[in-house]
Amino acid sequence: MSSETKQILTTDGIPLEVSLKKAEKKNKIKAFLLVAPLLLFLFITYVFPIGEMFTRSVDDKMITNMLPKTFKAMEKWDGKELPPEEVFAGFYSDYKVLIENQTQGKLGQRLNKEKNGFNSITKKLMRQIKRNKIDESQSIKEQIMKVHKRWRDVEYWQAIKRTAPPYTMAKYLKGMDMYFAADGSIAQVDEDRRIHRILWLRTLEIALFVTIFCFLMGYPIAHLLATLPMKYSNLLMICVLLPFWTSLLVRTASWMILLQQQGVVNDFFVLIGLVADNNRPEMMYNKVGTYVAMTQILLPFMVLPLYSVMKTISPSLMRAGKSLGGTPFVAFWKVYFPLTIPGIGAGCLLVFILAIGYYITPALVGGASGTLISNQIAYHMKSTLDWSFASAMGLMLLSGVLVIYWIYNKLVGVDNIKLG
Amino acid sequence: MALPSYTETRYRIWHYFYVAICTFVFFFLIAPLFVIFPLSFNAEEFLVFSEGMKRLDPDAFSFRWYHEMVYGTKNPWGLAAKNSFIIAIFATIGSIILGTLAALGLSSRHMPYKGLIMAVLISPMIVPLIISGVAIFFFMAKVGLAATHTGIVLAHIILGTPFVVITVTATLSGFDHSVTRAASSLGSNPVNTFMKITLPLILPGVISGGLFAFVTSFDEVVVVLFLAGLENTTIPVQMWTGLREQLSPTILAVATCLIILSTLILVTAELLRRRSERLRGINR
Repeated sequence: MSSETKQILTTDGIPLEVSLKKAEKKNKIKAFLLVAPLLLFLFITYVFPIGEMFTRSVDDKMITNMLPKTFKAMEKWDGKELPPEEVFAGFYSDYKVLIENQTQGKLGQRLNKEKNGFNSITKKLMRQIKRNKIDESQSIKEQIMKVHKRWRDVEYWQAIKRTAPPYTMAKYLKGMDMYFAADGSIAQVDEDRRIHRILWLRTLEIALFVTIFCFLMGYPIAHLLATLPMKYSNLLMICVLLPFWTSLLVRTASWMILLQQQGVVNDFFVLIGLVADNNRPEMMYNKVGTYVAMTQILLPFMVLPLYSVMKTISPSLMRAGKSLGGTPFVAFWKVYFPLTIPGIGAGCLLVFILAIGYYITPALVGGASGTLISNQIAYHMKSTLDWSFASAMGLMLLSGVLVIYWIYNKLVGVDNIKLG
Repeated sequence: MALPSYTETRYRIWHYFYVAICTFVFFFLIAPLFVIFPLSFNAEEFLVFSEGMKRLDPDAFSFRWYHEMVYGTKNPWGLAAKNSFIIAIFATIGSIILGTLAALGLSSRHMPYKGLIMAVLISPMIVPLIISGVAIFFFMAKVGLAATHTGIVLAHIILGTPFVVITVTATLSGFDHSVTRAASSLGSNPVNTFMKITLPLILPGVISGGLFAFVTSFDEVVVVLFLAGLENTTIPVQMWTGLREQLSPTILAVATCLIILSTLILVTAELLRRRSERLRGINR
């Protein structure tokens, strides 16, 4: 920068450059202050709580806090053979404190999850301690080992040692049907008990197929809406927008009525002779119901982005393609279709994101074979109360969604989302 | 969609096939809503068309379930409707205020990190509701707002603001900023300029965003299921319980009312959209 430009001064005698920078900064702060209330609100009530889900999902401090002396003594133990006297003594005094606080039951339950059979032997030990059967002047190791033969089994002590770290990834492994084996390595759950992997795959499968169905059904009507004269397309647009604005539960309810065994769809099939009256197919409480209802419910989210892209394509392009010798099919495939790809991307990603986290409709029409990962999260939140597992599963789902959201943002840009 | 007379037969066939597909899809979209109307007037207790209804026998139809919905003993719909409206109205007001302010800031060309901030503000719309529900529940439980109206209203503000942000930013994208500068140069203070100049111009966007926020709150069930106690039940929660437990035709009467409500909202939103496009000079 030359010295002459620096000498341009404003009327106050401040160099122009400084003055402009100041004004720019002031404007930036002004703009930011307008966004700040919402940003702050969202961070406190939404973004941080989602972050907290992470701490909750890896948190395993309960046992760490319950058995401080045991874990202190275990630091010196190599974990291969039965632990030395100090570990037994540490465990004994920790356990006595728990009995005094009447929280020993929680320890038994938690250890039982780590290794089956813990609940009964901790209870047995508790009874011995309550009856003052343990003589503290003698070897505590010998006395505890006499309480039950499992206390002599090194695997049970290894299980206690595994619970020592205050953080654990066990919930995430459980979400993928894996667990920490006795020696600390990662092992697969038996094949007949791999329920979560089935759920993940089913969620992906249903989201994928719903997206494909929505695309196949949405593309033609978006094209029709974009090419029809305004007065007709406005009328037809209502068919897309009315379901869009109607309560999700109302739409799900109508599908429950339509798809039931005595419902209208089955009546129609009987009428045209497709199925026998006494052999009506079950269309609800299975995957069919989930597919049909979710496709209808998510279809507007496909049609609207496609429509807004198609609306901008000039009809003369197709005419030009045809006049240059392309058949209508070639003109469509080489000219029109490539121009609609941004709309296809936007619509498909939006539908996929919404479908992958769907909860209400699968829960009502899905039955056992139509439930998705969201239903499993809700189940653990409400029924088993295993909130840390629900958090872990939620975050696994969220990370998948965020990847798609990131792609969507790169391809479409969030500020280009169109509504209505 | 008349075809020119010189169209070849195969394209003619293809064209009719295309029209047939479109007809089917439109039917698929809209028909499920209409099955609810006649069934809500069913005189019987079952959710299927009775023989009498198929013969259009007037005795097979009645207002029985509407009567049940309004005057039924121990029925939850009155409380649910009251709660739904209170929660939705407050959530809409909150979403409009926070969302409009944020949209004003985001539309300024001086705004730093625009893309990143926009992505955060829109995220409640993208993150699966079940995850939002879990996170919001943990927060509300910690601050002692679970099972209160305030907690649900705050949760619905979170879910509703993205819609307001999107619609208002869209309206502001065609906004001529010289009018606000003109107002300031004529001595108007920023608040006055906003109330007298900016707000009237962006009002269609604000209202249609507000409608989205209202519908989102009015229709939201996943988060409410986590947050609500018996006192805070809303219409969607009642419908959810009803659909899971006993499928009574009263639900269809409620559903019919909801469809009428959504039709009204759709008409308002459409009128506003057209007005806003006219104001922004988009002629189609």
